[in-house]
Amino acid sequence: MTTSRKRFTAPQRLLHWLMAICILSMLFIGVGMVSTVTPKYLTLVQIHKPLGIAILVLALIRLTLRLIYKAPALPPDLPEPIKLGAELSQYVLYALMISMPLIGWGMLSAASYPVVLFGSVHLPPILPLSPTLHTWLWRAHQYLAFAFFATILMHVGAILFHKLIRNDGIFETMAPVVTNDQRKLID
Amino acid sequence: MIESSKSPGTFRLGPLLFIAAVLGVAAIAFAYTAGWLSPHRLTPKKLVAALAPPGGPALGHRRNHAKGICFTGTFEANGEGSALSTATVFERGQYPVIGRFNLATADPNAADAMVRVRGLGISIKTPDGQEWRSAMIDAPIFPVSTPQSFYELLTAGGSKDPDAMKKFIGAHPEFLTFVGWAKSAPWTGSYAEERYNSLNSFLFVDGSDTKHTIRWSLIPAAQPVPIAPDELAKRGPNFLEQEITQRVGASPQKWTLVVTVAEPGDPTADPNKAWPSSRRTVEVGTLTVQQIEPEPTGPCLNINFDPTVLPSGITTSDDPFPAARSVAYSRSYNSRTAEASYYPGKETGAKQ
Repeated sequence: MTTSRKRFTAPQRLLHWLMAICILSMLFIGVGMVSTVTPKYLTLVQIHKPLGIAILVLALIRLTLRLIYKAPALPPDLPEPIKLGAELSQYVLYALMISMPLIGWGMLSAASYPVVLFGSVHLPPILPLSPTLHTWLWRAHQYLAFAFFATILMHVGAILFHKLIRNDGIFETMAPVVTNDQRKLID
Repeated sequence: MIESSKSPGTFRLGPLLFIAAVLGVAAIAFAYTAGWLSPHRLTPKKLVAALAPPGGPALGHRRNHAKGICFTGTFEANGEGSALSTATVFERGQYPVIGRFNLATADPNAADAMVRVRGLGISIKTPDGQEWRSAMIDAPIFPVSTPQSFYELLTAGGSKDPDAMKKFIGAHPEFLTFVGWAKSAPWTGSYAEERYNSLNSFLFVDGSDTKHTIRWSLIPAAQPVPIAPDELAKRGPNFLEQEITQRVGASPQKWTLVVTVAEPGDPTADPNKAWPSSRRTVEVGTLTVQQIEPEPTGPCLNINFDPTVLPSGITTSDDPFPAARSVAYSRSYNSRTAEASYYPGKETGAKQ
């Protein structure tokens, strides 16, 4: 599942950084909205739903690109445990990017809330009204959101470790732009 | 692939501290956003907890308006509302309704004659898949002006300090307007004889994108018959549910949906303040309640009558309550559906 390319393709890098902004915003909006009784709540909910669906669509596009273009190989001198962590974290991140919006959509469906994106644009329910399903999905949405944020923190910590401590070119595979010095690093 | 720029054995503290700082700042920002660092923030959790009686909430039930009975029926729009709002629900036609008559109490076993405020929740669906939900009460105004003062009212009501209520009223004299209504308004013997009011203001958006701040009321076709509360007490703890079941069984019950349009300067953000009675009103349709169903098996049981579920053409206004109600109702819904096994009549873990 790797390519001889030294960097992810431009569309993959664009999607990565766009989604990084979307997903971080989403997690902050999510914990913020359920902690307030002010009118900010409604504004945040109105962003949360369409943004979640946008993330789902982007994640599916990104997964397709990943299957087509694959990922640059990890440095051969990377210790095995780190290599394993790096690969595992990618599976976890893809799983969360795709499942979280679906869980949210399913949770609203199971509670019989209309899933309004904006104005009169709404999505159909994907599950029947069911308190049991709603409870499972609502809990999953909540706990996976914390897991998602923790995974992102680890992801950021790991990439900073690769850049600042090992300087092994992994950051450059996804960097939005690379300087000439960095280019030397990966070419 | 490249060689590391430093020899592997060199330990540098700087980068590690930098990484720790980045992650630490992110985690703190997240915790702050979640309210974990702001113990004074009025959270949905606090607001909903304040509704519970001293012994804790009735598990499996709505955290307020816990006692109720379901109904189904129709809303027949006469087309007049379309001048004020583009919502499909105002286009001439008949739309299905699921609703719930209820009492404003956290106790699902409260005796009907003991609860001053009665309510009605409603969901109207139009064929284009849009939905309008509303939860109204029979009081003409809300007890207080802001969600924060509602929380203070609940806290004062549950306080052991004998002066708590006096202090609350001192700080919130607007509550006395509500007390005046509660003491003087006649009681009736039927859900069908009540007028139900939105209290909160909303915006109707018309075809030219003009916004009209409005409130609405359901005005009963049935003539209200005043009955003394001690007379009602003799009718048994569930007389309202028995009466409405018999009454609707005999003939459908109707209400007219009347929209009141605010004028500039009216207190649109304060449901504790009535608007002048001279304000323009528009009759937009008729609610017909056709069938009563007990809550445990009825279609309203698992519906959250969230007043911010609105079709395109209706939005929230500067009234702060719908947002607070929405998040509090959602919390109540999440809790009670997770406790569904405690709801009477369920197979597992049912307690009577």
